[in-house]
Amino acid sequence: MADQARFSELAMEHMSSLYSAALRMTRNQSDAEDLVQETYLKAYRGFGGFEEGTNLKAWLYRILTNTYINAYRAKQRRPDETDLDEVEDLYLYRRLGGLEAARASRSAEDELMDLFTEAEVKTAIEELPEAFRIAVLLADVEGFSYKEIAEIMDIPIGTVMSRLHRGRKALEKLLYDFAVTHRLAEPVADPAP
Amino acid sequence: MGFDDAPIKPQCRDALHEIYHLLAGEIDDVKREQIAVHLDECTPCAEPYDFYAELRRCIQQRCHDTAPPELLARIESALDHEPR
Repeated sequence: MADQARFSELAMEHMSSLYSAALRMTRNQSDAEDLVQETYLKAYRGFGGFEEGTNLKAWLYRILTNTYINAYRAKQRRPDETDLDEVEDLYLYRRLGGLEAARASRSAEDELMDLFTEAEVKTAIEELPEAFRIAVLLADVEGFSYKEIAEIMDIPIGTVMSRLHRGRKALEKLLYDFAVTHRLAEPVADPAP
Repeated sequence: MGFDDAPIKPQCRDALHEIYHLLAGEIDDVKREQIAVHLDECTPCAEPYDFYAELRRCIQQRCHDTAPPELLARIESALDHEPR
């Protein structure tokens, strides 16, 4: 049997990170809490099989992701896969990159951070089609390597990369829509030269 | 910006193709060094790199939620009821 004190000591520090990911996955606070609790219970029961010294966070994410896919996904509507073919490379940069030059009084870094609120970034990720959403979440929010993501999601690394490619495009498009809707439509009528 | 005015060189195409992979740390050392050299001498490529590096930081920094304290209590209580 697993040593609960040892388990708590190692695993509990990842709770907010898992909870954040669970919120992006379920898009619902109550479901996210249930998902995290179930993840910890499963992890505790399987803790004997965890090899100390390997990546505990990736191991916990694998349980979280599998639990979500198996138990919660059935409740979600299946989001339409938006047509991403018209989203070219550098989509967001070509539309918003010029703003940095346009507002020269502030640094480029401040500018982009100001552009998207926390709520907008979270919503944009939550609106991604699900297969892309989990890959983008793991790579670009949590910073897992492509190899780790392949193990967490149990898919080939080539599939990870194609989901990331499409997911990142979709995210750029969603963020641009926020930028236009909320702030840029009037001040910058013609954003890209 | 300036891609729409000037023809894109193969080095630029290579560098721009790898932006997300490089920022994610998924590029091998040789390729990383090649791109670094190119970015030093090519402003039209360096600008989107800076832009996407900042976008990555923005996305990472704005996606953190703090788990409610009740959740920790709930989980610890549930673990207490697990067989030892």
